[in-house]
Amino acid sequence: MAYSNKVIDHYENPRNVGSLPKEDPNVGTGLVGAPECGDVMKLQVKVNPQTGIIDDAKFKTFGCGSAIASSSLATEWLKGKTVDQALAIKNTDIVNELSLPPVKIHCSVLAEDAIKAAIADYKKKQTADAKPAEKVAQPTA
Amino acid sequence: MAIKLPIYMDYHATTPVDPRVLETMLPYFSTEFGNAASRNHPFGWAAEEAVDKARKQIADLIGANAKEIVFTSGATESDNLAIKGAAEMYREKGNHIITCVTEHKAVIDTCKRLEKEGYRVTYLPVHKDGRISLDELKAAISDKTILITIMMANNEIGVLQPIGEIGAIAKEKGILFHTDAVQAVGKVPFNVNDLKVDMASISAHKMYGPKGVGALYVRRRNPRVLLAPIIDGGGHERGMRSGTLNVPGIVGFGKAAELCRQDMATESERLRGLRDYLNEKLHKNLDELYINGSMEHRLPHNLNISFAYVEGESLLMGINDVAVSSGSACTSASLEPSYVLKALGAGDDLAHSSIRFGLGRWTTKEEVDYVADKLTNVVSRLRDMSPLYELAKEGVDLSTMQWQTEGH
Repeated sequence: MAYSNKVIDHYENPRNVGSLPKEDPNVGTGLVGAPECGDVMKLQVKVNPQTGIIDDAKFKTFGCGSAIASSSLATEWLKGKTVDQALAIKNTDIVNELSLPPVKIHCSVLAEDAIKAAIADYKKKQTADAKPAEKVAQPTA
Repeated sequence: MAIKLPIYMDYHATTPVDPRVLETMLPYFSTEFGNAASRNHPFGWAAEEAVDKARKQIADLIGANAKEIVFTSGATESDNLAIKGAAEMYREKGNHIITCVTEHKAVIDTCKRLEKEGYRVTYLPVHKDGRISLDELKAAISDKTILITIMMANNEIGVLQPIGEIGAIAKEKGILFHTDAVQAVGKVPFNVNDLKVDMASISAHKMYGPKGVGALYVRRRNPRVLLAPIIDGGGHERGMRSGTLNVPGIVGFGKAAELCRQDMATESERLRGLRDYLNEKLHKNLDELYINGSMEHRLPHNLNISFAYVEGESLLMGINDVAVSSGSACTSASLEPSYVLKALGAGDDLAHSSIRFGLGRWTTKEEVDYVADKLTNVVSRLRDMSPLYELAKEGVDLSTMQWQTEGH
């Protein structure tokens, strides 16, 4: 199968490979896919609490070259976006940018799912953290 | 010695034509162009003589009589002829066929078609080592069983089935036994009488001969096997396979068989050494490697390894100057991983992570070193970006995790 130059570039020089601390309240983590399907993506965003802008994004992907490229591209696009802008990224944007063939469209769908899962995790933490955070702010001693 | 790239290590898919084979073939495209069925002039006689010589060379390789060789277009046709031909010919005796889940598609899909036509087919499972159980085979046999078809060596994992034992069981029960011996003939000893085989499919291009020519061995004595033809016409090949013979291809097939017979012992030992060296080197450099199928009962030139936590297609992309195959889904349009690896029960994730190495006549130690080093680098790099490797290293049991599989 022939890959587009952009897929090859992301595969050979993946952007933002790595992990952010899962426990950080400002980090949202999405883990989507399944090993038996041949694709698993972990995508993380770190949101600046002051500005609401995604400062950092990291990924790790088990999958074919197109899956790696889709998640690498997603992290690139996420940086500098607000949470709402991030949610507007569509899998078709990734398909177009990477010139993915029809059999690889599921890779872009997975990347979109990973973005949504990471942001959902971040939002969940924000609402859950709101109350315990008050507690921490009032030390008992 | 400088290495020429890309490196070919996919000898199970096909093999290059040996230069000695090519040289033998060439006159039969031009000066010796006759039709082997032309009985009344020297052009035909020369072609027929060349075909007879090749028939003998092939028969000698498998311990058969030259008259028992039926030329076909390749092993897919040979499998079709053996199974459909026997099914039709022996329909009054019974309608049951026994095969195995890891057979080549040429056998499985032929059996599936027969099922639609009212035949009953038993697909024997395989154990983790890739071999069938003889007890399960015996238990599957009924008085309606007319044919057992089990491959000698698997094309993905190189595992050798207990063909001699299967042949003995079939003989005792009076059932015909066909084997797809494509991957084994010319590589390991194969004798139709020792193994009690009634029909065997072989192919020239898997043994350094040309593409487009194969053969079906059809036993003539004890028992005399009769097959209904699937291609009708001029009645060539004892009426079992009509069509003008591919004389240059057949001449090349014969020469290829002769060379395999001469060199099999030394060649297989050399390749076994290189294969074991590749395996040891990979195991020394990398952890969490899983060999698919039995190492003991295996073709000497085959290795099939799953590189856990790394997906096969991304692995192939990283070693794009090495020609190997993967059982990963992404290499096929169906998005399904290899049915052979799934049948071993290793789990789909390991099937996705597998690479098949097929070594051959021109594989060198330098090439093996290059492949092992390159794979080590690529696997390490891909594991560094694998969330599964990260989770496993954190001590998470991946098999108990809940995965979001919806829509994929």
